Amino acid sequence: MTATDEALIPPAGAGTGDAAGARVVAALSRDLDDGFAVLYEAYRGAVFSTALRLCGRWAEAEDLSAEAFLRAYRALCGYGEERIAGLRPRAWLLTILTNVWRNSVRSAVRRPPPGPIEDVADPPDPGEGVEDAAARRETGRELAALLARLSGDQRAAVVLRHVTDLPVAEIAAVLGMPEGTVKSHISRGLARLRELRGAGSPGPGEHDRQQEKGGIR
Amino acid sequence: MMRNDPAGEAPGPQAAETAGPAADLAADLAGLAADAPPGLLDRIAARRVHLPGPLPGPPAGLHAGLQVAFTDHGVAYLRAGMDEREFAAAFRARFGRPLLPAAGPPAGLVPALRTGRLGALRLDLRGLSEFEAAVLRAAAQIPRGQIRPYAWVARAAGRPRAVRAVGSALGRNPVPLLIPCHRVTRSDGTLGDYVFGAGAKERLLRAEDVDVDGVTELARRGVRLVGSDTTGIVCYPTCGDARRITPGHRRGFGDLAAAEAAGYRPCLRCRPGDPRPA
Repeated sequence: MTATDEALIPPAGAGTGDAAGARVVAALSRDLDDGFAVLYEAYRGAVFSTALRLCGRWAEAEDLSAEAFLRAYRALCGYGEERIAGLRPRAWLLTILTNVWRNSVRSAVRRPPPGPIEDVADPPDPGEGVEDAAARRETGRELAALLARLSGDQRAAVVLRHVTDLPVAEIAAVLGMPEGTVKSHISRGLARLRELRGAGSPGPGEHDRQQEKGGIR
Repeated sequence: MMRNDPAGEAPGPQAAETAGPAADLAADLAGLAADAPPGLLDRIAARRVHLPGPLPGPPAGLHAGLQVAFTDHGVAYLRAGMDEREFAAAFRARFGRPLLPAAGPPAGLVPALRTGRLGALRLDLRGLSEFEAAVLRAAAQIPRGQIRPYAWVARAAGRPRAVRAVGSALGRNPVPLLIPCHRVTRSDGTLGDYVFGAGAKERLLRAEDVDVDGVTELARRGVRLVGSDTTGIVCYPTCGDARRITPGHRRGFGDLAAAEAAGYRPCLRCRPGDPRPA
């Protein structure tokens, strides 16, 4: 279990996959405001992507991300030097984000809960013969919509592993569950996604996927 | 329901990345990453600029310049005579929001400071209580070159008896100069306290051509309102209409009740009311 061993390396060593961690911690130790700017630059994509794929709505993802960063800053204001020095910033920040998200889900009465739904209609056909770019966007939209059909824990685990690209040990820290549970959520979530996708239209060809990877990243 | 995931063969994420159809799904999921929209940071952090202040006269401390913080909602905080570290610490303690350098001042800030009029400049008054915001909105209506008593602000803020609380709210004004709390003075003719000190308050009022000595002298004689015996209208002494009354037609009153008893009505522009001691 190299992932576990690496995750234990403090503070935020490169082995955890949080390559920016040490730089962010050093900047925060020097000055909270300048450090926040470094923190934001390093993790804005991870935080926003995670928020967007957890909640599924662009405007709501902006709200969740802004709230998480603001809470993070306010927490930092109360931390001593030692606490900041020992911080693993990416895992810490994404923990705050997932808590903000869970709270928003809990207090959201305006929309149906995004829990597992067994008898759902097939997703809409993306349409044959449209241009590659449109097809890729459609694939993304479709897959993003399928994520909403996973249970909260499965969705969080799958998003953090495959969209945010976190190692399992870090996901375990973020979600506050054992690594084994995280792995099980990931594999069951992926299986469910494949099942849902299989029930809908076929995915894009290999050529499209390569372009998508290069184009969005 | 788990037909693609037979028991005993649950693939870990590493396995998922190398297996054929699983790799397709993982790649598609990776493609769902998105960068944060450009405006997101400005919803979180405030920006700061350092400006030369318009405060006239000594002490030199006030000429160290103005530190101004603004958010996407408008100007949130303005202080004089602080260095950047002190300002950042004060802002952090009060607002709990990151403060980053700005490329330049927000549009309209410099003209607003120069003219004493806000124009289109927006203020960010989130974080103030409803009463504090009402007090500041009332103070914002006092024209340049004029002064009003604390009791006037209390009435305009809808809490006529909360004169003392008005003083506290003005003392916590996050944006002095932009909201001209220096134009609120004691009805006994003294100028009262100010965020930047009583001396700065007097200098600011004199720079706006307020006849500070004249008002003090009137108050010493018990005169708080001035009326014209040709129009029958009574004003605060610094009201533009009061200043136009020729000396032969000026009548002084201690309060509105006395003026009304003499047949005068309150000016609709400066709206004098019954003055309670501040």
